[in-house]
Formats: sequence, structure tokens, C-alpha cells
Amino acid sequence: MPASQTEAAAVATAEDANSGMAAPPHPLVEFWGYFTSSRGAVIGLVVICVLAILAIFADVIAPLAPDEQFRDSFLVPPAWVEGGSMRFILGTDDIGRDILSRIIHGARVSMSIGTLVVTVSLALGIALGLIAGYARGVTEVIIMRMMDIMLALPSLLLAIVIVAILGPSLVNAAMAVVIVAMPHYVRLTRAAVITEMSKDYVTASRVNGAGPFRLMIVQVLPNCMAPLIVQATLGFSTAVLDLAALGFLGMGAQPPTPEWGTMLANALQFIQRAWWVVSFPGLAILVTVLAFNLMGDGLRDALDPKLKR
Amino acid sequence: MLRFFLTKVGLIVPTFIGVTLLAFALIRLVPGDPVELLAGERGIDPERHAAMRAELGLDKPLLVQYGIYISNVLQGDLGRSIVTKEPVLNEFLTLFPATIELSVCAIIIAMLVGLPVGILAAVRRGSIFDYASMGVSLTGYSMPIFWWALLLILTFSVNLGWTPVSGRVSALYWFDTVTGFMLIDSFLSGEEGAFGSAVRHLILPSIALGTIPMAVIARMTRSSMLEVMHEDYIRTARAKGLPRFRIIVLHALRNALIPVITVIGLAVGVLFAGAILTETIFAWPGVGKWLVESVRRRDYPVLQGGVLLVASVVMLVNLTVDLLYGLINPRIRHAR
Repeated sequence: MPASQTEAAAVATAEDANSGMAAPPHPLVEFWGYFTSSRGAVIGLVVICVLAILAIFADVIAPLAPDEQFRDSFLVPPAWVEGGSMRFILGTDDIGRDILSRIIHGARVSMSIGTLVVTVSLALGIALGLIAGYARGVTEVIIMRMMDIMLALPSLLLAIVIVAILGPSLVNAAMAVVIVAMPHYVRLTRAAVITEMSKDYVTASRVNGAGPFRLMIVQVLPNCMAPLIVQATLGFSTAVLDLAALGFLGMGAQPPTPEWGTMLANALQFIQRAWWVVSFPGLAILVTVLAFNLMGDGLRDALDPKLKR
Repeated sequence: MLRFFLTKVGLIVPTFIGVTLLAFALIRLVPGDPVELLAGERGIDPERHAAMRAELGLDKPLLVQYGIYISNVLQGDLGRSIVTKEPVLNEFLTLFPATIELSVCAIIIAMLVGLPVGILAAVRRGSIFDYASMGVSLTGYSMPIFWWALLLILTFSVNLGWTPVSGRVSALYWFDTVTGFMLIDSFLSGEEGAFGSAVRHLILPSIALGTIPMAVIARMTRSSMLEVMHEDYIRTARAKGLPRFRIIVLHALRNALIPVITVIGLAVGVLFAGAILTETIFAWPGVGKWLVESVRRRDYPVLQGGVLLVASVVMLVNLTVDLLYGLINPRIRHAR
């Protein structure tokens, strides 16, 4: 075996030398080239890395504890506004908690729950999509009809219904968002699997005696990943948005959890006297969602063979 | 065409049945049984409990219960609200015009801004305007609209004092409901200033709700225009020496708009999800706010009926869009 491999390699190098062409770049290098050619995608990636660092080291980075109340400092404005202090850079809320610290800890909530939601919905979606695309027939019809029913309801309404059944909490809101996000992954996986199944390499593998499990996981799935990766990135932004919306409606994370949407739930009553209570948590949501959308767009351009020129 | 029509309609039936199953299951999955919900917090004695169970048909087998539920639904009986004791369908029909009015205004604003921006960005591809408008629309697309609505209130209502914060019309005016659409009713009432008041109440919620569709329309119009502008018939038109404006508006736009129209039609689900948040913030008396309140008050019959009605509306609109799309684009109709 090693002898024949060296031989093949030698032939390959000889051919390269003959045609005078350099070896094609490694797929990952090529991908990275495409990805970094989009400025937006790189900005998105950098912001996401910063958010991840904030989330992981929130205890160290945040100047104060997220739920510590300073009874002498209710609704203190941000540092650069008259009456503000450097102690509370983004000001304090109505019960004297530091907004900057709460936002940094909020990154931890959003990023960790977002990761959880995307991972679980992706895993469930891939599993159901593989089954539907591989089994076809009645199984496929049942799975896809169920997904259609879930897609018939506006996503937020379905999430609200699920929370109404389970009761309001961060974990239940996350479960609701998982269920709402799943149909998209199922549809994508199924469509990709059906396309792949008709290709020769699948037939070859089947002839070689590969069982359905091996065929699906080892052969077909890796070739279906490109659209799923893009959808997962964009799905992260939807997850963050939906979780914040549920929190805002009082159906997600409950106070005093420093969740960005929950922080805005009572903001309307302070809108006349404390704009900073209203502004910063929403800005955090916007920046996070925007970063994931930018990266998702960049990934799509880098991974979509139709756009490669 | 008939075959296409029947297939599309046929596909919607199982989905509708599924949604009724979901709505049916909803009230049974909620912790505590419906009788206890009806009885409220004071509790109920066991004898009365059993009697009420029989009255509500809860002692029958599940399949029979579902059969009764379906036959009621088909006769327009969606149960009564626990809080107001009003039939759910009546409440929905009273509130629905407010949601339609808000959504229609939102989509009009979205189209008025989104279409020209998308066209201009495509025509001036690579210009500063292109980059700026696409950057803004990606931001709009990523906007948490409940926060965006708060910012709009902060700027235009609190700081500038231009618009009211909540409701549909100023309490100074009182007139009969004719159509349920405040713009039309206030206009018909002939009361001085009533129409203006209705417009001022409508403007901020419409902008808040229209932002995401606006961003989607601008992005979609741009990419669709770019695709069409590379077609051969555009080159032919240019070679014939037609004026640029004529080529863009008469030749390119016509074909570029087909996918955009679909996107607008299918945005109804997105609009409704947005309406839930927008109505809650602006105290807009529509279906979205009603559903959120039903969850807060644990008024499950309202949630059950509302979910079924909203899903039906969304399915019907999507079906209509599908059929219209087949009508204007024969390639879809004949595709298998």
C-alpha cells in the first residue's frame, strides 16, 4: 500500500510539473480566501469573537456584579452626560444596577442560550431531515407535513404558544425557539439529501455494502453541510432575536436575569427620564444580530458554488 | 391551471387539519385542566367539577372530543373567552381590522421606500449609495423591532412631541365604528381633526412594523434587478438605443418584480410576528396584543381560537400568493 501511494504521489507531482500548474489550494485555504474577501464577514467574525470573550470572561471583565443594587444611585446617567460618574459608565437602572455590567453578563446569557438553541435545533433538524430524505414514502410525508404545520404559524406566535404551555422561563423559551427553528433545518437537510442520494458516489458506497447509517452520516451528510452551516449562522441571529422578544414580552428569562430583552421589558416607563435604560440593551441585541447576519452572508458567498467564479 | 389550482388547495387541507390538532391539543397540554381554569383560583367542589367536565364533554374519548371540536370550529364556534365571556370569533373579528390596517400601512411604507432604494442600488452598483443603502437595510433586517419601536417613541413622541405614544385615535374624538378601519371611519365621521389624529397614531407603529419588510424588499429588489440587467434582452434593448430610464422601468423592472412580489406576499407571517410586538408596545388594540394578553391572563380559549384563526389567515394568504404567482409566471404552473 505505501509503495503504491508514493507512486501515485510521484505521478501527481510529475503531472503538476508537466502542466506547469501549481497544486490547487487546500479547500479550507480557498474557503478562507473567499470568506475574508468580504469585509462585512470579517467584521462580523471579529464582533462575534469579542462577544464570545465577553461572555466567557464576564465575571472578570464586568466592573460590577450584574445584580448588585446601589441604593444611592438610581437611574444615574452615563459617564459622559452631566450627572454621570465613571463608576457607572453606561449609567444605572431604576434599582441602581450597573447597566454595563448587566449587558456584559447578558452577552453570556444570549451567547450560551443561542449556542444551545442552534446546536439542538440543528441536531434535531439534521436527524429528521436525513430520515425524511433517506426513507421517503410515508415517513417523509408525515415528517414534512408536521414541519409545514409548524411553519404555518408565525414563528413568534408558535413560540408564545409553547411558552404558554410550558410556563415562562429562560429554558422553556429556549425550547420554544428550538422547536420554531427546527423546520428550516429539516427542509434544508431533506432537500440536500435527496439531491445527494442520486449521485454516483452514494451508489458506489451502497454497492460496497455500506449500511444506511454509514451511508447517511459518513457519506451523504458531509456533502450537505454547506447550506446548513449558513442557515445555522443566520439561525443564531434569529435565536438571539426571538429569545430577546420573548424576554421583552415577559415570557422568556425572568428578572433579575440580565437578559437583554428582559432588561427592556419595563423600559417603556422610564423612556421620558432615562433614555440610557432603553438604549443600550437594544443596541447590544442589534450588534449581536448584525454580526451573525454579516458572517452568515459572508459564509453563504464563500460556500455557495453558484457564486464562485 | 385547474390542476395547479387543485394541487395547491389540496396541499393546504392536511396542514389545516394539523393546525386544528395543535389548537385542540393546546388546551389539554396546559397545566391544570380546563375546568379548574374556568373555576379560577377559588377552586371548585368535586361534584360540580365532574358535572362541568361532562358539560364540556371532557369525559368523552379524545377522538370524540376532537370530532366535536372540529364540527364546532367549522360552524364558527371557537369557544368563549374566560375573562370577557365573549365568543372568541367575535373578539377576533372586532380586533382584526386594526391589525390589517397596521399591516397594510406597514407594507405600503416598506414598498414605497424599499423598491426605489433597491432599484437605485442595483442601477448604481458599487457606488456609495449602493453600499450605504445595503448597509442600512442589513441593519434594518437585524433590528429587534421592540427596541426600534421604543427608540421611535423616544425620538418622535418624547423628544420632538410630534406623535402620540399609544392607541389608534385621540380620546377627544368619538365616532361610530363603520368599517373597523380607523383611517376610513375617522374620515367618514367628518369630525374635524379626527382623520389627522388617526394618521398621527398610525405612523410610528407602521414604520416600526414596516422596517424589516422594507429591508427585505430593498435587498431582494436589488439582487433581482442585478440578475435581470445581465439578460440578453436588456442588451438588445440597449443596442436598439432605448433610453436608460425606459429600459430600467419598462424592461428590467417588470421581470425583476416577480420574485419581489412573492417575497412581499409571503411576508405576512413575518408581519404578524412583528405585529405581536408592535401592538404590545403601542397599545394598538389588534390581534397580536390580544393574544399576548390572553397568555398573561391564562385565557386559553382565546389563545386556542386565536392561534387557529391566525394560522388560517396566514395559510390563505400564502395560498393566494402561490396561486397568483402561478398565474403571472407560467413556468411555475407547469413545473412538476
